[in-house]
Amino acid sequence: MGGGALPSPPALPWESQPVVVVDVQSPLTALVGATVMTGAGAEFPDGVVLFENGRIDAVGPRQSVQVPAGARVIDVRGSYVTPGLIDTHSHVAAAGFWPQDPALPRALAAGVTSALVSPGSANLIGGQGVSIKLSPGRSVEDMRFPGAPPVLELACGEDPKRAYGERNQPPSTRLANVAGHREAFQAALEYGAKFSDWQARQQSWQRNAESEGKLPPEPAPLMPPRDFGLETLLGALQGRVLVQMHCYRADEMLGILELAREFGFRVRAFHHAVEAYKIRDVLAARGVGVSTWTDLRGFELEAYDTIRENLALLSESGVHAALHSDSSSLVQRLNQEAAKSLSAARRAGVKVDRNVALSWITSNAAWTLGIEQQTGSLEPGKMADVVVWSGDPLSVYSRVSEVFVDGRPVYESALGPARPTDFELGRGAELGAPNPRVAPAVNAAGASSPASNAAGTTP
Amino acid sequence: MKRRAFLSGLVGPALLAGAGGWSREAGAEEAPRAWVGATLWVGDGQIIEDATLITSGERISVLGKAAPVPSGAQLVQAHGLILAPGWIAVETALGLVELERSTLDVEPRAEEHPDPIHAAYSAADAYNPLSSLLGVARREGVTDAVVTPRGGLISGTSAWVELLDHFPGRALLREDLALHANVFELRDGNRPPALSLLRNALESARLYARSPQAYDSGQTRELGLSLLDLRRLAQVIGGSLPLVVRVARGPDILRLLELADSYQLRLILSGVEEAWTVAPQLAAARIPVILDPSDNLPSSFSALSSRRENAALLGAAGVPLIFSSFDAYSVHNLRQLAGIAVAAGASRSSAVRALAFEPARAFGMGNDYGLLAPGRLANFCVWTGDPFELGTWAQDVVIRGRSVSTRSRQNELFERYRDLSRVPRGRAGLPPSAS
Repeated sequence: MGGGALPSPPALPWESQPVVVVDVQSPLTALVGATVMTGAGAEFPDGVVLFENGRIDAVGPRQSVQVPAGARVIDVRGSYVTPGLIDTHSHVAAAGFWPQDPALPRALAAGVTSALVSPGSANLIGGQGVSIKLSPGRSVEDMRFPGAPPVLELACGEDPKRAYGERNQPPSTRLANVAGHREAFQAALEYGAKFSDWQARQQSWQRNAESEGKLPPEPAPLMPPRDFGLETLLGALQGRVLVQMHCYRADEMLGILELAREFGFRVRAFHHAVEAYKIRDVLAARGVGVSTWTDLRGFELEAYDTIRENLALLSESGVHAALHSDSSSLVQRLNQEAAKSLSAARRAGVKVDRNVALSWITSNAAWTLGIEQQTGSLEPGKMADVVVWSGDPLSVYSRVSEVFVDGRPVYESALGPARPTDFELGRGAELGAPNPRVAPAVNAAGASSPASNAAGTTP
Repeated sequence: MKRRAFLSGLVGPALLAGAGGWSREAGAEEAPRAWVGATLWVGDGQIIEDATLITSGERISVLGKAAPVPSGAQLVQAHGLILAPGWIAVETALGLVELERSTLDVEPRAEEHPDPIHAAYSAADAYNPLSSLLGVARREGVTDAVVTPRGGLISGTSAWVELLDHFPGRALLREDLALHANVFELRDGNRPPALSLLRNALESARLYARSPQAYDSGQTRELGLSLLDLRRLAQVIGGSLPLVVRVARGPDILRLLELADSYQLRLILSGVEEAWTVAPQLAAARIPVILDPSDNLPSSFSALSSRRENAALLGAAGVPLIFSSFDAYSVHNLRQLAGIAVAAGASRSSAVRALAFEPARAFGMGNDYGLLAPGRLANFCVWTGDPFELGTWAQDVVIRGRSVSTRSRQNELFERYRDLSRVPRGRAGLPPSAS
């Protein structure tokens, strides 16, 4: 039986090729004269954002950015420009992914350009979430965020307890929740071991074959049967898959972090996490992010301790804090929710800058989803996901006037509402006027139905 | 008719006089106070700059530019601040619910109460003035609420409550304020049976009201409703008690207007996602509508034409607007809803009215509430700036002339965890002076 170097092991099925992000074509565009808030902390009162072919070329004060001849120059003086907003836990399209969800165009018109679509929190192992860009598409594949890492959603607390407890099945207690997670990760470890073992047997079979100069008498070892659920969990253990953990209470989050230490996986972020402020020192030390609301509270005992200062306290301690919606309504005013958190913190005497508030819905949100190299701030080389606001994005009165995704204009308020979904078509004729959300007639030029005239009297 | 006999035995003045049981007037003995130099958002759309507002006891006594301050009045410099009426939260379960799945008095459990008509249910029976939600709402300028039951076809009556910061106090100002119904939004229901049930109930009540004596002596045919239900329903016929109906679809609204005509109902419509499609009809009938200006999703087939301009279009047509978050947990966001309405084209004047004046008027409390005006109750807030903006806050919340607490357990949680080194961590990490 032969010695010699082992041949390289067979590739594992989940070791796929790295994703190559192909940029889209988009015109050379310069937004000039707005207050530019980069999402990464910088702010330019008279700034320029220059982008082409899906990527940002330059950002900075007017005098420092050269606008090349031939660029489409948009004068946005008096406006604000921010990165496209990111919802780290959205409800849009959530029904098994429905690309015609009417929440999608509304979210886009509210400045949201990327989102994590979550499968829900009724199961301990919720499944894979998918990061999307909000340019309209016909399927999840059209909308998938290119190169975004896979996401595993896990849940603890009331939701799985209730969903299963009502059926008299485990887990019906918090203890059983943890036991369920432990079993799942143990199974994933064993699953991984089976494949390592298979690789080793493959290698020695191949070495035999090579040294004998002919095929060995026994057949090649069979690859173990695949289990995609365990593969995702294994990915989490190996760090390929980001773990987004739905948890409300401080003690539960600490329990999950113990479990993570035991099995050697990292929690990318706790979602909902209304009590995160109580353990922000631990979260900062372990590099765990938080994705939460501003003031949703009280609907469950586990959400009894929400405080509006949560996000600001987390940022102050150096935690990657993000603001999510988990709602088709809240996703349309992430900026307002950030403003309320900022205001409550200031009222309570916590010093926090408005650019930090913006990071909750841009750069920190991008980090949560592992897409921070691609989007979430206005910096050269990043995707040109850009929003123009009629005024300070933290004002209740400000509206989105223009949205670019990958450098392409996808929404412009002056041209009428965002492109409605298929579901919303066909309501025009019966209402005696063209559907204002379909007809381009309702626009800044003012030629429109009486209804839209009345609506147009924004002070 | 066993049930009827049992219930009639319980009815008496003692049961219905609940409000009187709680004593201690909030601000009867408050000394006069004068806010000087403030901008007043009067509540009817008027804005008075650099004005003075003077309270005496529970009420506003004087208001205007350069109003003389009586000697002995406590002076409050309010330059740069905005005074606005206290917000009135309607269609809310405030004080009826603490947690959605455990402490729930807002709605009967369907399995225990399958009967869809609960006209005699009264929110006043359940209102908890010690609810932890009140402080959160008060902090954002809510001084009063119409606490409202839900569930069934006829849900019961709402109560007008003041968000006092002490107990016991006169929190329950008026019970049986309005009757609330879900004709078109009945869970697992559909329209013809629901409307037929409602008409049948109204007809029974009409028959009862024609001669309660005949009913009591058993000379009336079987009416299929309890005595208390009949009494309450009889009050909505002719309009002595408002009937608030939840409805979303435009055509359903028109159907309700017809029904209101035939029974002389004093109608208030609630939800009204598609009301903009029938705005002129609502304006002509002078029907107030309760809506959430952030509703812009076709969330059901009854609300396919939801749009963000709903409030703007209704307001422009002259329909009285009332804003609500339709829950207990986000009542504190009422002022944000007003800002959202304005951003979608509603006039600021209609948005201010929608938070105080219109709800007070629609629920029959307009003589005391909803405006900054002499003689009205001194229920108002002192804001650091535009109260609809997200960066401002209420510096002072005044109920019946008295500044009330704007703290809640949420503030105490913040303070407890402001400095983590003071938070105990078991035997090993107990700080020396932990509280």
